[in-house]
Amino acid sequence: MSKPVLTVGALTVRLPAGADRVHAVENVSLRLNAGEVLCLVGESGSGKSIIAQTIMGLLPKNLRASGGHILLGDEDLLQVSDERLRALRGEKMAMIFQEPMTALNPVMRCGAQIDELLAQHTSMSSVQRRGRVLEMLAHVRLPDPQRMYRAYPHQLSGGQRQRIMIAMALILKPTLLIADEPTTALDVTTQAEILALMRDLQRENGTAVLFITHDFGVVAEIADRVSVLRLGELVESGSAEDVLRNPRHPYTQMLLAAVPPLTPKKAPVADDAPDVMRTRRLRKVLSSGGWFTTRRHVIASDDVEVHVKRGETLGVVGESGSGKSTLARMLAQLIEPSAGDIEVDGQVVTRLRGAQAHAFRRKVQIVFQDPYRSLNPRRTVGAAIAEGPINFGASRREAWRRAEGLMKLVRLSSDALHRYPHEFSGGQRQRICIARALAVEPEILIADEAVSALDVSVQAQILELLDDIQQRLRLTIVFITHDLRVAAQICNRVVVMQHGRVVEQGPVAQVYQSPREAYTRALIDAAPGRSFLFGVAK
Amino acid sequence: MDTPLIDLDTVAPVRVRTSTWRRLERNWSVRIGAAVLALLAIVAVSAPWLGTIDPILIDPVNRDLLPGTTAEVMTLTGESFKHTFWLGSDSFGRDIYSRVLYGARISLLVGITVAILSLAIGLVIGLSAGYVRVLDSVVMRIMDGLMAIPGILLAIALVAMWGASLLTVIVAITIPDIPRVVRLTRSLVLSIREEPYVEAARALGTPLVKLLYRHVLPNTVAPLIVQGTYICASAILVEAILSFLGVGLPTDVPTWGNIMAEGRLQFQQYPHNVLFPGIFLTLTVLAVNMLGDGLRDTLDPRFSKRGDRP
Repeated sequence: MSKPVLTVGALTVRLPAGADRVHAVENVSLRLNAGEVLCLVGESGSGKSIIAQTIMGLLPKNLRASGGHILLGDEDLLQVSDERLRALRGEKMAMIFQEPMTALNPVMRCGAQIDELLAQHTSMSSVQRRGRVLEMLAHVRLPDPQRMYRAYPHQLSGGQRQRIMIAMALILKPTLLIADEPTTALDVTTQAEILALMRDLQRENGTAVLFITHDFGVVAEIADRVSVLRLGELVESGSAEDVLRNPRHPYTQMLLAAVPPLTPKKAPVADDAPDVMRTRRLRKVLSSGGWFTTRRHVIASDDVEVHVKRGETLGVVGESGSGKSTLARMLAQLIEPSAGDIEVDGQVVTRLRGAQAHAFRRKVQIVFQDPYRSLNPRRTVGAAIAEGPINFGASRREAWRRAEGLMKLVRLSSDALHRYPHEFSGGQRQRICIARALAVEPEILIADEAVSALDVSVQAQILELLDDIQQRLRLTIVFITHDLRVAAQICNRVVVMQHGRVVEQGPVAQVYQSPREAYTRALIDAAPGRSFLFGVAK
Repeated sequence: MDTPLIDLDTVAPVRVRTSTWRRLERNWSVRIGAAVLALLAIVAVSAPWLGTIDPILIDPVNRDLLPGTTAEVMTLTGESFKHTFWLGSDSFGRDIYSRVLYGARISLLVGITVAILSLAIGLVIGLSAGYVRVLDSVVMRIMDGLMAIPGILLAIALVAMWGASLLTVIVAITIPDIPRVVRLTRSLVLSIREEPYVEAARALGTPLVKLLYRHVLPNTVAPLIVQGTYICASAILVEAILSFLGVGLPTDVPTWGNIMAEGRLQFQQYPHNVLFPGIFLTLTVLAVNMLGDGLRDTLDPRFSKRGDRP
């Protein structure tokens, strides 16, 4: 058997004092052969990014590798000099990151950034370099390479920027490519394209790829072998088929059980159930520019008509820029539509003012995406939850009593009311946000990507909690998400949006299994690992 | 209620975060700056008991004494006593040591009052400009206009208009500093306004004033405190400059600026007139700036606001 490209042996990285555990990474061993894709999977805090940074020599100053070795070919990367590491980066090993916008220099043209790499590591003339760069840009399937060469990063889309990053990483034909969540920030259709590109390029050059991700769908698409990390320790390793279909370690089994399948779970609610909310030709135009600059108009919502029945969960799915967040905010009366109407319980609520608008606020509440920014860091959890009822006339004591009851409902202990948000984990904070929204006893709860920022196991808990609450309180939920699996898990009906318009809507089983529109079909086809049944042996 | 399907979640602290106070205590810039300022404040307050005499007592017999000389001082009532002129005397025979210590009172008072006033006024204006879109352009253009006028010239003009007294000097120094605070507050408010927790508070029906006071204001405090220290340092300097130019407080109230002004002509022969108030001024401004730097490093919202991110 040929020698492995990368051998990590018993790698241990210590964390500074005061952290929640002693080692970021403990006793981790990996082996990566040429032409192979090894997926490193784990939840947040598992240490996967730390391993990638240690290999590249990019660890922050307060972290050091305290044990083990990392062999790239024959050299131990933990022992070589800084100069040698610099020489190795780009030529022998390369890395692509999650956020292409921050990984590219915003004031340099894209072509110039790739050119810089060639200038440093090769002795090609500038004409030769330019030719090579243009060749590479065409190779990563960018349209119009000449224009891409001259473009600045902010002029490109996320997918295009990621392709530039891939071009930069692969132009010197390194033997090892480390990809740290490269598609997490991309839309699902773009993600599918980038994954296909990476697979093709990798096969062509025989590059070994260490692919870090938390998304099992992506793992199913691209991995040859899989290693599972938990809190800095390797719990399971093996071929993709083995680990994904026949996991042995209970942690891996738990993770795979938490991945929602793409098959829809729920049937639609009875047809004669009343509509609790409907929109009529809802339109939102965002204009930028002031007195002296040209005005630019973006149509965020275009003639959107949706309706929600009482007691059902309506999913709104779409990619970024589809207008789903704008719709969510209009429904929650946080922004005003430019045209059109929203009806709640038969009453038009769109352009209410003052006391009437205030009264209607109770009916619709919203839970946001980022649990780390949804709570005021300077107020206690109890104050946050009690704020709503107090605004609507409850006394402080009543409000706090209600807060205690709600904490129990979301399965947190009520003596946590006096704590501050930073003392809670992401999943717990999201539960607090749900409790806060429920405190004013709304009829409709809008969840705007409420589980997107959470680990898959925590996500499963929150979805299950929402289901439970919906049944107890007879709540109507509008669930905004880009993740088709999550929508399949929790929604009765689904609305598909693109570029501010409603493309298709209907019962979720029907939309998923027999989509009418081409876009819907493309969206479902692009979902990674869709034909894979996790945890089920063939 | 029925038994929950999952056990109640224990709320263990996810990461123990050092409290803000402790981090402040540990920062060396904060320690040194605060210590020097505290010392100065104590000295200024207890000036009468630190071996000083009346700072405006003129005694031409004792003029231009070198630092460390002991001499007889005659008061207005005819008594006389021995006194050591630690920092020498000026051309009127007044004790520089006493004048400098009493001058510290003025400098600290002016610095702190200007800082507090400009922060308070700038905060209110900045909050309204940042949150109410309609007010934004109007207010900011006014502030731009105000900033276009050089601060010291504006202060001189205002004092000339209103006459020289402690109050007018304070107000005259405050006004040019307000636009800076307004700008800072407004930019903070613009970013805080977009935070999800502010949107959530709006969705919960929180009225505007409560929103600003409860959610926006507390998160602007840290950067504003840092700005306040810089304003304090600048105010102390501006007051000294105004006094030096003769357009600040009248000379019967000793301030570091006018002590230096009066000693200016004799600087070659008797440098102690200018040197000692100058040293005090330098040390004070340095201490305030150090404190500000230390506070900024500790209280910078990037490090203190966000909770633990995985």
